[in-house]
Amino acid sequence: MANVKLTIDGKQIESPAGTLVIEAARRSGIEIPGFCYYEGLALQAACRMCLVEVEKAPKLMTACTLPVVEGMIVRTETPQVAQARKGVLEMLLTNHPLDCPVCDKGGECELQDMVFRYGAGESRFVEVKQHADERQWSPVVFYDKPRCILCFRCVRICAEGMGVGALGVVSRGAASEIAPNHEDRLECDECGMCIDICPVGALTSGTYRYQTRPWEMEHAGTVCAHCADGCKTTLGVRNQQIHRANNRDRSGINGEFLCIKGRYAGDFTHHPDRLRSPLVRGAAGFEPVTWAEAIKLIAERFSEIRARGGAFGVIGSNHTTNEENECLQRIARAGLGTESIDHHRTGDLASLIAAGAPQAAIADLYTAKAVLIVGSDLSQQHPLLAFQIRANWRHHQARVFTVRRGPVREDKIAARIVSVEPGGELAGVESLREELAKEPELVILFGDAVKGEAVARLVRFGSSLGVLVKFVCLLDGSNSRGAVERGLLPGPGGLALPGMMTAENLDALWVVGANPLQRYNCTANSAFVVVQELFLTETAQAASVVLPAASAYEKSGTVTSVCGETQRLRQAFEVPGTKPDLEIFRLLVREMRLTLPDAIALPPLAATANPDLIWSAGDTLFTSGTLGRYSEMLNAVHEAPGELYHG
Amino acid sequence: MGLRATHLAKPKYVVVNADESEPGTCKDRLLIENDPHQLLEGMLIAGLAVDAHAGYIYIRGEYRYLIDIMDAAIAEAYERGYLGRNILGTGFDFDAYTHTGAGAYECGEESALLESLEGKRGVPRIRPPFPAVAGLYQCPTVLNNVESYAAAPAIIRDGGAAFAALGTQKNGGTRLFCISGHVNKPGVYELPMGFNLLRMIGDVAGGVRGGKKLKAVIPGGSSCPVLKAEECDIPMDFDSLAKVKSMLGSGGVVVMDEDTCMVKAALRIMKFYAHESCGWCIPCREGTLWLRKILARVHDGGGAPGDVQLIHELAKNMLGRTFCPLGDAAAMPTIAFVEKFREEFEAHLGGASCPFESKAVSV
Repeated sequence: MANVKLTIDGKQIESPAGTLVIEAARRSGIEIPGFCYYEGLALQAACRMCLVEVEKAPKLMTACTLPVVEGMIVRTETPQVAQARKGVLEMLLTNHPLDCPVCDKGGECELQDMVFRYGAGESRFVEVKQHADERQWSPVVFYDKPRCILCFRCVRICAEGMGVGALGVVSRGAASEIAPNHEDRLECDECGMCIDICPVGALTSGTYRYQTRPWEMEHAGTVCAHCADGCKTTLGVRNQQIHRANNRDRSGINGEFLCIKGRYAGDFTHHPDRLRSPLVRGAAGFEPVTWAEAIKLIAERFSEIRARGGAFGVIGSNHTTNEENECLQRIARAGLGTESIDHHRTGDLASLIAAGAPQAAIADLYTAKAVLIVGSDLSQQHPLLAFQIRANWRHHQARVFTVRRGPVREDKIAARIVSVEPGGELAGVESLREELAKEPELVILFGDAVKGEAVARLVRFGSSLGVLVKFVCLLDGSNSRGAVERGLLPGPGGLALPGMMTAENLDALWVVGANPLQRYNCTANSAFVVVQELFLTETAQAASVVLPAASAYEKSGTVTSVCGETQRLRQAFEVPGTKPDLEIFRLLVREMRLTLPDAIALPPLAATANPDLIWSAGDTLFTSGTLGRYSEMLNAVHEAPGELYHG
Repeated sequence: MGLRATHLAKPKYVVVNADESEPGTCKDRLLIENDPHQLLEGMLIAGLAVDAHAGYIYIRGEYRYLIDIMDAAIAEAYERGYLGRNILGTGFDFDAYTHTGAGAYECGEESALLESLEGKRGVPRIRPPFPAVAGLYQCPTVLNNVESYAAAPAIIRDGGAAFAALGTQKNGGTRLFCISGHVNKPGVYELPMGFNLLRMIGDVAGGVRGGKKLKAVIPGGSSCPVLKAEECDIPMDFDSLAKVKSMLGSGGVVVMDEDTCMVKAALRIMKFYAHESCGWCIPCREGTLWLRKILARVHDGGGAPGDVQLIHELAKNMLGRTFCPLGDAAAMPTIAFVEKFREEFEAHLGGASCPFESKAVSV
């Protein structure tokens, strides 16, 4: 859109037509305060904090609803404006409990900040304040009505942002309050978006409340350890413990978005069952040993097996870093001389890459004119991608198409819904051909229902539309993509994951951050099994040696999201006794005196594609594989474990 | 490819605001009670004028019996062919429906009414767009109150000039005045615009009850600034009342005699607005409650020296800064009460009991 010129506080500003005055001002460094205004959500004009003087307007105008106009002259710091802000704040504080000393929000409260900046020094209110008892709506969400300023951000983020709509307003006037959708409790995603978006301490979190002060924590911006979407999450850590996770600064690829896992499911890190010492299987079960002893034992056995030309199997993880994956496959190939290396493959990225199809970045989901979702319950499995698409639909009227086996949340915003039987996904997509060909551009997301030859057919379908089509191959884990891209796949003559489990003659099985025994039985009973894990999983229980690994929150490195964004993990704290997998690799390499080449040519991806080995674990919003089992919060919410539409 | 809604011509709607809730106002009630067909005729005229084919009458829930009357009238109109398909062979279609409000004053505000009519919480919308552009279901909507629609048939029949000639030059036509309070003959009277207020009280409404002296008049419903007795020799029309910084409002003329406590009157009005504030915006939601509390305290003898000034300032802080006119409706009368009867407020301060309390007065 064309730019218009306006003046704010004497400053000449150029802004695209249609920009709101509050945004135009902010972008040029002029703060206009506001509680109810939140970029991206529906306008409210309810808090009246953003009132400004506009020349030729008879009264003060709300900057949050006023689009810029050529020649407009706005003043934000006049005595009249200051007096209006002061008046609003004075009224806001009348029924506010002013319990800042015990309020979780103290120190990072927008109301506190505004009153310091624009408010009156003392109160003229001498009447009795309204009181209401605090309520708990779920293990995650608490509501303190007296603190609530009714900005309705929570109501909007839940309805508009999440597509859930679990919050509403009941009663009227000063008795108005926010209410959950099921009388006294929430039935929702338990994402906690409402808590983070609350400008005051009205909505507080079950994990963080009364634990600490914001300034007493260290804050580490890292990447969520759970699904493949790669949300940035800022961990608040004190005394080596995560007290909260949020993304209030809207940085990273996810803006303010986090789901329950990103926000609350970091609590697995301090679960009492966490492994804190290497274990070696003795006559009477596992015995704790020192790191030096454990590494020495593994190095000796590995060297011995390699020397006699024994068979190694190496299983990598969907959660380890790119650097760790790279290192692991190099040790396996160049150090142990095996091509039997694999990981649990959760989507057919290999076929997509082999087909040479263009891939969509996460930002494309917010801007693409049309989106087709094939065979995935996106809101459950890829909440950030669903959030982006929903925002695209709200802000840009994107056309959304779903091809699925049962109802999904995206149906609500879909221009067309196609129901298919298992295996009928591509036929369903074909039935949309005419409509999709009319779209100027398209992003196609597909889950594990489309794999092998079907991926190539889907790509051919895309290119036959004659419009720009980009693809997203949906994957499960926080670095599933890195596992594929960094070579955790079998080379020529190597065994794939199920093959390793059924091989009779395997001499050593090395499992890093995976739990294959949850699904398979291992037939090579005599094999020397080394497991690097956080917990004593089914696989770890069958190990000869278990090494306690650091989780993603306890190490640095990079991970690559489902849409291909490579982001940095930043170590937030340490769990004593554990080591990052990369450090374990380094110790082993040194102990075994291995010299690794700088680079190894990876087998062509197309050669590794095998649809039979691809299946999504089907985690919902409330499950997260092994990690999810050890998250108190994920298991505490009554919606857990949740279910996907497909069986 | 399916057609998008935006590609289709939007339907238009006729909506009647029969959510008559302004204290002191009861004209729409009378119109529906006595001639519901006049309203239907007005709606049909509006529908024909803008090419709308559906009309909704939003009636406040407390007017339960009026809904029955209106429903019966609609049934009769369908029966006689004044509503429905091909009305009287003209080829014009029109359907009329009643819709019950749930008891919120706020829903008399046009955009809140539309929200409520759509089945949502009755809170006002951001404007623009105005209902004429994006009203009911975001479609162009003609929205007026009962009195306006009911006036249409006569204006169409006799011509605009004849209607205008009934009033003054700039304020044409007649108005329904709902005279209540301390008069001998309260009631709804249709009078020409510009009718003198003192004559209205004396000649039309039978004078002040019990031969008492006139103290004050609220000229247009509870949201209008009060007039002192000496201001009441005034023609009742928009311009004349604007000159004395009051309003003709909804025609609710509330007459108060010399025994009326102005603090209590202000309190009673503020109680109403605090109860009816929808809670959407801060100044109205918190301001009305705070003012109600201070006014109650002052009236009950708990007032402190700064309270009168505080009442005045708080009302001023609300004025023009709320989301919808409800905040103004609460602020304007309060400001006028304090400015015009400050000595009476002062007399309540410092533990003094209400000087009017001993006299049996109902407000």
